Amino acid sequence: MANTQSMCTSFLGELLSATHNFSSANPAHTANTADTFKAALYFTTATLNASTTAYSTTGEVTNTSGTGYTAGGVTVTNGTNPASTNSSSTAGVGYWTPTASFQWTAMTVTTAFDTVLLYNSSQSNKAVSVHTFGAQTITAGTFTLTMPTNSTTAALIRLSTT
Amino acid sequence: MALVTTTHGDMDESLLVKKEGTIDNEVELTTWTEYYLGEELVHRSAHVTLKKSPFADLIAATLA
Repeated sequence: MANTQSMCTSFLGELLSATHNFSSANPAHTANTADTFKAALYFTTATLNASTTAYSTTGEVTNTSGTGYTAGGVTVTNGTNPASTNSSSTAGVGYWTPTASFQWTAMTVTTAFDTVLLYNSSQSNKAVSVHTFGAQTITAGTFTLTMPTNSTTAALIRLSTT
Repeated sequence: MALVTTTHGDMDESLLVKKEGTIDNEVELTTWTEYYLGEELVHRSAHVTLKKSPFADLIAATLA
């Protein structure tokens, strides 16, 4: 037998579950209660990127008419806990994906939007990730954003070591 | 008779011109449907399916 330097794959999944906390300034969490995550849409003119730290209404989609879009977006369905899988003796992936599509109905937004921000509404709206897609407009219609497969290679949120 | 939700309320689909399109690339599969009353766009819906998060590999590099 020999030892191999590596980050433990279980740790990657546990990071997504807040099992480990290295900070003395952490927000309080209730055991076995997942935070509430939300998804908000942004116009193509917004500037969301890796520097985004929290949800903001700046650049967020607004209705051209009607009330199909509500500021703050929609609540994310979280039906499956984060998982982790070893890909080798030195590498692995922790991953998680929402378990339902994000959907807005009876919406009219005629200014192009191309981004969804995933954020944690239980933790001061702190940002999680920014996802872009081809620019869209919606007129008296439905916008549906379906999640990728919840796998080590395609999940919406993946933390991996190589 | 199929009804379509439009900017003028529900309308019979037979009165409208329907256009559909698809975007299929590494990041997404998107389908969209438009209905026109003459030259006027009166309905547009879109369905975006994300295939994978392109930035995951960057996270991998950071943690590796």
